[in-house]
Amino acid sequence: MSTFAALGQLGRQLGGSRVVVITTSALVVIALIAIVGPLFSPYTYLDSNLDVRLLPPTMDATRYFGTDDLGRDLFVRTLMGVRITLAVAIVATLVSLVIGVVYGAIAGYAGGKVDAVMMRLVDTLYALPFIFFVILLMVFFERNFLLIFVAIGAVNWLDMARIVRGQTLSLKEREFVEAARLIGVSPTRIIFRHITPNLMSVVVVYVTLTVPQAILIESFMSFLGLGIQEPQTSLGSLVNNGVRHTEGAPWMLFIPASILAFILMCFNFLGDGLRDQLDPKERSG
Amino acid sequence: MQQRGALRFALTRLLSAIPTLFLIIVLAFMMMRAAPGGPFDEERAIPPETAANIERAYHLDESLPRQFRRYFGGLLRGDLGPSYRYPGYSVAELIGGAMRYSLQLGALAMLSALILGVGAGVLAAVRKRSLLDRMVTGLAMTGISIPIFVIAPLFLLVFAVYLGWLPASWGDSESGLRYVLPVIALALPQVAYVTRMTRASMIEVMNSDFIRTARAQGLSTFTIVRRHALRPAMVPLLSYMGPAVAAVLTGSVVVEQIFGIPGLGQLFVRSALNRDYTLVLGIVIFYATLVIVFNLLVDIAYGFLDPRIRRQ
Repeated sequence: MSTFAALGQLGRQLGGSRVVVITTSALVVIALIAIVGPLFSPYTYLDSNLDVRLLPPTMDATRYFGTDDLGRDLFVRTLMGVRITLAVAIVATLVSLVIGVVYGAIAGYAGGKVDAVMMRLVDTLYALPFIFFVILLMVFFERNFLLIFVAIGAVNWLDMARIVRGQTLSLKEREFVEAARLIGVSPTRIIFRHITPNLMSVVVVYVTLTVPQAILIESFMSFLGLGIQEPQTSLGSLVNNGVRHTEGAPWMLFIPASILAFILMCFNFLGDGLRDQLDPKERSG
Repeated sequence: MQQRGALRFALTRLLSAIPTLFLIIVLAFMMMRAAPGGPFDEERAIPPETAANIERAYHLDESLPRQFRRYFGGLLRGDLGPSYRYPGYSVAELIGGAMRYSLQLGALAMLSALILGVGAGVLAAVRKRSLLDRMVTGLAMTGISIPIFVIAPLFLLVFAVYLGWLPASWGDSESGLRYVLPVIALALPQVAYVTRMTRASMIEVMNSDFIRTARAQGLSTFTIVRRHALRPAMVPLLSYMGPAVAAVLTGSVVVEQIFGIPGLGQLFVRSALNRDYTLVLGIVIFYATLVIVFNLLVDIAYGFLDPRIRRQ
């Protein structure tokens, strides 16, 4: 079974759940608005006009979300922030996905001593307060856009590795793997052509749960002023900027904060819903 | 016999924590040395003799292994070195001064998270699928999804600025009231996690055979929960305590920033931005030690509670 066929089957299997459908559509709508929305505004994310500083949201003059302390249009900036936040989260999740799946599948398939050593390393790394190392990285090596992806991905692969390894352990005893081994398929090929496609369902669930974590880390870094650099922006740095103007211009905080919370909630409910669908034993609601 | 097994388990775990800690120290030290730019880089170029003098005073002219040996030797004696940016202060003094507030906030937040979370989780599990259960699970999911740096400023705005019930910043008040908002902001996500975990494990325990027996004996739900179900349901929660400590430490960085609390988190961010390398390194090692020690305690407690784990 190819990876794509596995994903297709998975999609059909999951289509039935209400939570999954609602949250997925909400996320798709948000992403579409973030991509298309700025086209309908006469402003760009870095146009600053000091005559219209701290303008509250209005429906006319297309200042839907008002302006910030530098007179930049918050509607465009917020959508920009959504784009960057989602992009960082998705790329970071892909990084952790690749590392986690490869690492976990190799450990699980190899078994024995190799497995023990590899998983011991994961346990060790698990015990570290990683976020502080990420902060160190960002401070010491200047704020590099690429580094954000790598740092977040490097933090998040541990869970994925553990889960993939557990699944691989049980998969490698199955007949089709046995058969592949008997006709002389190489271990690498078995891992990537026969075992990985069968891990898809579990992996998809954990990907949807990793994305909100990556969003959290990115916005946490941006909030501390260590993430995305001005004039670029992300939801975290918009919130950070809003905190400084809570009394005079609460919309600067409320709007990006609620969008951020809404996106995170969608991903969390989606991940939860997917998990319930795939594992009826844990279905609790 | 059983006690000895548990003791040996505790000892092996303790020994395995040592290489982890060593790894962290080496990693942090290397990172600090690999970072471009030194702590004494100024806007104006300083004369080479002065630079050489400063480097000699802080032993920066020695070879890397020697520097590490010197630093590590100091660590073993509890000496984290001098701060580069706060002349006259040692790193240990600065950490010691800031630690108090962070530890108080963290402990209060964890305690309230445990009490509220377990309470809500048990209620939801016992009244499974009721309106109460739906509300609790929905709220918990919301709590998990809203980051601390969103909750904290919103609370500040509502309770301190609009309503004026609580002090807005740490310096505004000497009373215990100044703890309320930071602790709530720090505790809320943890309350949500604890609630979800308690509910899940409680539901599982309530479905097990020995609870059915207890029900058949005609015990009330309250008695069953208190006398039989609560304790086994708490075991999975124990393993969450390690990550929870790490999460509270991280959250406290944000909370201290927002409320202006002179704690360890604020010190960390400021020293990182100032490139005060020894101080940053000292705080990372302090945090890591804290997390590792806590994970160790959890592991050991687990080993005592559940004999199956010791045998692995």
